[in-house]
Amino acid sequence: MCTYITEKISATGSGKGADGWFGLSETTVYFDHPVHTHADHTLNIDFRDPSRGPSARVAVELTADTARALAEAILRTLDSAPADLLV
Amino acid sequence: MSDAFLSGTDMISTRNGEQIEAYTVKAQDPAPRGGVVVIHHMPGYDERSKEITRWFGALGFNAAMPNLYWRDAPGASPDDASAAVRASGGVPDERLVTDAAAAADFLRGLPNANGKVGIIGYCSGGRQSVLAACSLPLDAAVDCYGAFVTGTPPQNDPMSTVTPLYDKLADLSCPLLGLFGQDDQHPSPEQVDELEQLMAKYGKTFEPHRYEGAGHGFFAVDRPGFRSEAAKDGWERVRVFYNTYLNS
Repeated sequence: MCTYITEKISATGSGKGADGWFGLSETTVYFDHPVHTHADHTLNIDFRDPSRGPSARVAVELTADTARALAEAILRTLDSAPADLLV
Repeated sequence: MSDAFLSGTDMISTRNGEQIEAYTVKAQDPAPRGGVVVIHHMPGYDERSKEITRWFGALGFNAAMPNLYWRDAPGASPDDASAAVRASGGVPDERLVTDAAAAADFLRGLPNANGKVGIIGYCSGGRQSVLAACSLPLDAAVDCYGAFVTGTPPQNDPMSTVTPLYDKLADLSCPLLGLFGQDDQHPSPEQVDELEQLMAKYGKTFEPHRYEGAGHGFFAVDRPGFRSEAAKDGWERVRVFYNTYLNS
């Protein structure tokens, strides 16, 4: 089903899209139908800069298991990085 | 009688004087015929949705699918437009009705229109199809597994932003065909039963079909949930329903 669930956070960083690198300003996360992945539903993340237009987007569609593993890997990586670098 | 049709992008006018993009199918034969408004699903105004629109042309109808995301992302690819609309909170119900009305007006204005217009939508578009049919004078509506026609999301549930149509169903302007999977929980079999009860209460013509072994999205040929038997039967039900209410 179309879940209507969307989490949106502001973002600082960069992403590489179809036209090269650009600065990010927001990220949306939702669990819904994918465009490309062979699955009925996926965890979708859009890294965006709306001020550059709708195509300024880096998109991923992940199976639920992959998304959970990714989330854990991100947290593990951050937790293991030297604290003085996390500024 | 010719079976040729012309399909492509048109700009259509809303009753507010705006222009929005639509994918249209225009039968080339001059004999009068009905038209079908196609509401695309939340992932957007994509190739699969255009294919569905052309299918109605192959059946001899005119058809039009408004790009519900045109205002937010004109000219963007369907997936980028969908992402932009998602980030901005989705399509408001009032705007959906405006765009469905524009497509219906376009179809009624074609030289070979017989004046009758139906509507169909899948998934989120199923709810929107019913919403439009409760808000506009139409001749036949099809709801393919639309969630939240009935059924209220629990309070504080992330999905509670979408409003069920309880306060609108009494205004349904036309017969409704509903196609549902028995394994679906959005809408659940109980919610489909509730819709059937409400349609009876309001004296509406409602033709529900429930498919065993099918879940949500059983028409989607590019997803694991595709169920060929249910889809084949469903397409035939749609064809007969529209021939009955749009071409007779």
